[in-house]
Amino acid sequence: MLNFIQGLGHSGLTFFQRLGRAHILLGHIMAGLPSMLLRWPLIIQQLYYVGVLSVLIILVSGFFVGMVLGLQGYNILVDFGAEETLGVMVSLSLVRELGPVVAALLFAGRAGSALTAEIGLMKATEQLSAMEMMAIDPIRRVLTPRFLAGFISMPLLAAIFSAVGIIGGDFVGVGLLGVDEGAYWSQMQASVDLYDDILNGVIKSIVFGVVVTWIAVFEGYDAIPTSEGVSRATTRTVVHSSLAILGLDFILTAIMF
Amino acid sequence: MTDTSTTTPLVEIRNLSFARGDRMIFDGIDMDIERGKVTAIMGPSGTGKTTLLRLIGGQIKPLTGSIKVDGIEVTKLSRSALFQLRKRMGMLFQNGALLTDMNVFDNIAFPIREHTQLSEKMIRTLVTMKLQVVGLRGARNLMPSELSGGMARRVAMARAIALDPMMIMYDEPFTGQDPISLGVLVRLIRELNDTLGLTSIVVSHDIKEASSISDTIYLLSGGKVVAHGSSKALHESGSEWAKQFMNGLPDGPVPFHYPAIDYAEDLLAAGNK
Repeated sequence: MLNFIQGLGHSGLTFFQRLGRAHILLGHIMAGLPSMLLRWPLIIQQLYYVGVLSVLIILVSGFFVGMVLGLQGYNILVDFGAEETLGVMVSLSLVRELGPVVAALLFAGRAGSALTAEIGLMKATEQLSAMEMMAIDPIRRVLTPRFLAGFISMPLLAAIFSAVGIIGGDFVGVGLLGVDEGAYWSQMQASVDLYDDILNGVIKSIVFGVVVTWIAVFEGYDAIPTSEGVSRATTRTVVHSSLAILGLDFILTAIMF
Repeated sequence: MTDTSTTTPLVEIRNLSFARGDRMIFDGIDMDIERGKVTAIMGPSGTGKTTLLRLIGGQIKPLTGSIKVDGIEVTKLSRSALFQLRKRMGMLFQNGALLTDMNVFDNIAFPIREHTQLSEKMIRTLVTMKLQVVGLRGARNLMPSELSGGMARRVAMARAIALDPMMIMYDEPFTGQDPISLGVLVRLIRELNDTLGLTSIVVSHDIKEASSISDTIYLLSGGKVVAHGSSKALHESGSEWAKQFMNGLPDGPVPFHYPAIDYAEDLLAAGNK
């Protein structure tokens, strides 16, 4: 019993220590942002690795999710003779919910894990130490541009996801199941609000982008510098990011909609 | 420069103590690293040789004691002052620690680009000169993954001298090298030191190589400096410990057996079970 309580206390302390370290790191990263804004080549390079290389998985997934929405939505709506509102259903589901959430989950798996592994390996091979000895702050040079790239990429990827998803819904609903094309698009245009729906979706994806990238760079930077430590950190990135996305999604939805 | 700045040691360590958890790594050591000399720090694995380099570089703070580099107290420096000092120090990590996403040229140009506003043309000239010194001018476009261990260390050496530092610290530069690249590294360390007027600290447990190039050797064991002096003096030293280490004897003050209960007793205990 005593061991159990001791263990509980220990893991509680570890958790809060890590949380503290993560916040201190975030402070350091933020402090480096102004000087990093002047170094565009570094940010563009990271935007490529973090953002552009994630586009393919986002495109394919977005299209399939849109097609499934089209199919499911049609089957439900047709019972009520309301299949012409399919466009509204597909677009609202995507823009408000599935776009930001699924894109963020994919982003955590694709880009987040890669960031953690890269930074963790840089630590394990003493590259970060070497930078410190060259009087270069590794947090500003390595972590800040990656963080910024994640922050910029995530909303764009979520927007791509939603757009492709709506096209996927159109492909199935209009192309295969015969919903009227004019109704699909005009009903969507009439019902989707720029501020209530799209902007709130964008806010969600910005929050997810910050959280996922923060978790990813922290896990990499805090990883135990061995192959086992890095592999554990990578797993933790995906697990913690996914949980954080879903938890935050609920909170944000409750606040905004 | 005043007289004192050229005659005082470049690195002065006084009464330095450092502990990791409950284990004392250093217990009140004193050390002087002379200017313009190659000083080897030797000792068995796990005596904290690498830790000592990190302490000198200010990456970790000691428990007590003082470390002065060029008259500046490292232990009390602010982060920005420490970074200023580190621009004048080069360090070679055990595996080179090259940045894996850049080629050889960019790795050497990295500290120059970060710390100066020189034109690309000037940087190219500087990097080419550094590469020529380590004999790898032809390898400038290779990626770190395409280099052998010895080549990676030579590139790291070129990077360490990129900003023309006053000293270089080498962390186990000879580990795991074939005889040819070993010879190259040994020669380079001495040549760089003498031609560039550096001060070198070589942490190593390769007695033959380290003693062949060093002016002074410090032997560390159990958190203390057990002996120091020139290689010749240590070979002829009366200290049992120095004798065991310098000659690589399996038994001596550092026992072959890990501390244990009496052998006969141990065997009998097994029989009684």
